Amino acid sequence: MEWETVIGLEIHAQLATNSKIFSGSSTAYGAEPNTQANLVDLGMPGVLPVLNKKAVELAIRLGLAIDADIAPRSIFARKNYFYPDSPKGYQISQYELPIVANGHMDIQLENGDTKRIGITRAHLEEDAGKSLHEDFQGQTGIDLNRAGTPLLEIVSEPDMRNAKEAVAYMKKLHALVRYLGVGDGNMQEGSFRCDANVSVRRPGAEFGTRAEIKNLNSFKFIERAINHEVERQIDIIESGGKVVQETRLYDPDKDETRSMRSKEDANDYRYFPDPDLLPVEITPADIEAVRATLPELPDAKKQRFMVEYALSAYDASLLTLSREVADYFEAVAQGCGDAKLAANWVNGEVSKTLADNEMEIAAIPVSSAALVELLKRIQDNTVSNKIARDVFAAMWNGEGSADAIIDKKGLKQITDTSAIEAVIDEIIAKNPGQVAEYRSGKDKLFGFFVGQAMKASKGKANPNTLNDILKQKLEG
Amino acid sequence: MSQADSIHTLSLKGIHDGVHTGKFSVMEATDAYLDRIERFNPELNAYITVTRESAQAQAVDIDNRIRKGELTGAMAGVPYALKDLFCSEGVRTTCASNMLSNFISPYDAHVAEKLKAAGGVLLGKNNMDEFAMGSSNETSAFGNVRNPWDTTKVPGGSSGGGAATIAARLAPMTLGTDTGGSIRQPASFCNITGIKPTYGRISRYGMIAFASSLDQCGPMAPSAEDCAITLNVIAGLDSRDSTSVDLPVPDYTANLNDSIEGLRIGLPKEFFAEGLDVQVGAVIDRAIKQFQAKGAIIKEVTLPNSHLAVPVYYVVAPAECSSNLSRFDGVRFGHRCENPKDLLDLYERSRWEGFGDEVKRRIMIGTYALSAGYYDAYYLKAQQVRRLIKQDFEAAFKDVDVIMGPSCPTTAFGIGAKKDDPIAMYLEDLYTIPVSLAGLPGMTFPIGFATDGLPVGMQLVGNYFEEARMLNIAHQYQQWTDWHTQVPAQFA
Repeated sequence: MEWETVIGLEIHAQLATNSKIFSGSSTAYGAEPNTQANLVDLGMPGVLPVLNKKAVELAIRLGLAIDADIAPRSIFARKNYFYPDSPKGYQISQYELPIVANGHMDIQLENGDTKRIGITRAHLEEDAGKSLHEDFQGQTGIDLNRAGTPLLEIVSEPDMRNAKEAVAYMKKLHALVRYLGVGDGNMQEGSFRCDANVSVRRPGAEFGTRAEIKNLNSFKFIERAINHEVERQIDIIESGGKVVQETRLYDPDKDETRSMRSKEDANDYRYFPDPDLLPVEITPADIEAVRATLPELPDAKKQRFMVEYALSAYDASLLTLSREVADYFEAVAQGCGDAKLAANWVNGEVSKTLADNEMEIAAIPVSSAALVELLKRIQDNTVSNKIARDVFAAMWNGEGSADAIIDKKGLKQITDTSAIEAVIDEIIAKNPGQVAEYRSGKDKLFGFFVGQAMKASKGKANPNTLNDILKQKLEG
Repeated sequence: MSQADSIHTLSLKGIHDGVHTGKFSVMEATDAYLDRIERFNPELNAYITVTRESAQAQAVDIDNRIRKGELTGAMAGVPYALKDLFCSEGVRTTCASNMLSNFISPYDAHVAEKLKAAGGVLLGKNNMDEFAMGSSNETSAFGNVRNPWDTTKVPGGSSGGGAATIAARLAPMTLGTDTGGSIRQPASFCNITGIKPTYGRISRYGMIAFASSLDQCGPMAPSAEDCAITLNVIAGLDSRDSTSVDLPVPDYTANLNDSIEGLRIGLPKEFFAEGLDVQVGAVIDRAIKQFQAKGAIIKEVTLPNSHLAVPVYYVVAPAECSSNLSRFDGVRFGHRCENPKDLLDLYERSRWEGFGDEVKRRIMIGTYALSAGYYDAYYLKAQQVRRLIKQDFEAAFKDVDVIMGPSCPTTAFGIGAKKDDPIAMYLEDLYTIPVSLAGLPGMTFPIGFATDGLPVGMQLVGNYFEEARMLNIAHQYQQWTDWHTQVPAQFA
């Protein structure tokens, strides 16, 4: 019998502020333990939180990009629980009145369809510190550098129906967060983390009992973890059992989820409005001020690329996955005047080489201007597309500009017809058998002659000229 | 009688003038108080910590700076004390709790910083009810405080150590805190002047929190003028406290001498009903008549929801304290139990050993009130009623300029008399709590003695940020009367 999977995601995006959400400590990653924890972060007696306005601005920014309502008045609440890396014994979060509500995002499905995913809410909160269980001989060390780091928890509706949709949603949101400069989205450093609520049901039935899977900090893990969880739940139900509501932790090393706590053990967080913080009041003018600084959003940019540059939907969506790639593409397209050529290169050689080197486009050694110079040499027939790829590799390795490399390596295309004729004459003379076969109707052999001629010219023969002359000679 | 023997009879202004005209040095003033503390504190237990050495070092420094003309302000050279819940850098800050008995604060509270910068000399830290929870100063882990007017009586609480300190002139001024009456009730029991300003007027930064939406710091001293001088130094916006208010700070001494003729005084009928001790009522009536004789207009007002204030307070304050006190978990500072066997044991035993009974009682009440399924019925409902109480006052202030009435239903009660009856103890704050819930400024000033020989204080409530007017009214009363200068004979 058929089962339907229901997935909702809670994503924690760290906000790109320099200081913490309620204190002046730095949020930079990787400092020595407790060197970025001041009196407020330590929860010393008598200290008070003061809201970082930048965090509010970034939350509005994301809210506008997902077409959500920005609350004119939102409230910080205390979520009370004891844990050593929670220095105050409560986390300051938002509960009843979050800053952002009722948004949505459209994702692209594998079959090319678009699906709208509802975003219930996004609220501001502070991160906890870290418990360090190694190196302390049976004791636990506490590092409060991360305590108080601003997070935006973005909660989706249970709108996703398989792991691939969940991944598509997470990827799109990840791109959006980075696009807007709301966060750096660094998943290794925990700046973008995901918990998944997963349940199964018969199509059309009520929602099944859900399990929450924590600690999904890569696109690969989330897909695997959800698929595992779905199998686990189906197995339980099909063997006559019942799924229990619980929190499960994904272990990427063992590739399995295991139970952390059941609903019965769940904390009563005793939420109440934090009396140390005033309600966050946001006026329409505040919202407009943020809107004015919004960049062109990915979906709008994709549409514009399709119209302005006559690109396919596929090319345009690849190019708009990140703002940096889109900017790079536009610079190249405008520089060389051929958007299709620019798109092929950026989506092809450029993205492939970046991936091979595990590099972000921000760190690319070949600037858009340098690439334009190379593409111009393709356009003016100085080099073929194929040779250009070798030139690009050399540019990547820092061997100089496109022209310098073409010069130095003698890669300039041969367009001189007499030189090409001489090469072709020699090949025809050397391969009488093949010539006869070709002339008796075996057209496919044309490729063989092209290959031989290219090889003889070390790839430098202008392919169009070569084709023309070869055709003439073979048929003549 | 040498100069040093009479320094403790001076006002803040008297001490300031003395050290600035060279009549005596800051060191002499400091030593005069330190000597009195040494002599009388064993009997009263008003101080938990006396900072003799650092006070003397500060005195040397301030003497120098006054001589060079670097310090001239009204607090320059004036000794003072702090309730032991204000964090003071390098000084033990206990909140009168075993939980913090060894806690040396790494920083100064906003108000401590202000007084230090103004050239005050910190004499020490006053005893109090543990974490400011109590109305008799009997919940202190450092022993109860005795009332200088009768050492078998309580001084009130929670700022009981501070009130006893001022009553016995063991400091010319101290800072207390008031959550539901913790400045006004002990001030009334000890014949001193104390003011709880409007919520938000003074930064709470560095004040160890009891109930954040109610806690407010304020000066306690013999006179309204002393309080005004202190308020000038400590009031104002602080960017480290989001609830501190960005309004200009007036000179609180500027209008002390304004006439009160035509002043409209409202007497809430609910404050003169059943429950008010007859003797206390008689002293209050006499003082009201004095105001009337000076040209004030007396009107009856009504605060119809004030009978709900105590129950509301005992939901809101414990709820906030249950969360505020969670940071005392034995992990980073404060008491930690010996040899915890695991994390839960560490939490449970550290807190069990560190907190006293009243604190535990309030944490439990508050935890219950915030629990899932009870929140709406208790906390949310209490907040709704709190708004009604505030609206009562807003309505009353349409007809009158200030409200007056008793600070407490009785004079100081016997040590131990209400210790085992929390409800009776909670009712001590019947008249002060509504003012706290509304966030209004309230003060107490001495108006005489009941037939039992114990002091009675008048509560004066102003509209929001009307502290200057309130201080003016109390100061005027203190020009006609000398109740506020009276000191128990044995501490004279």
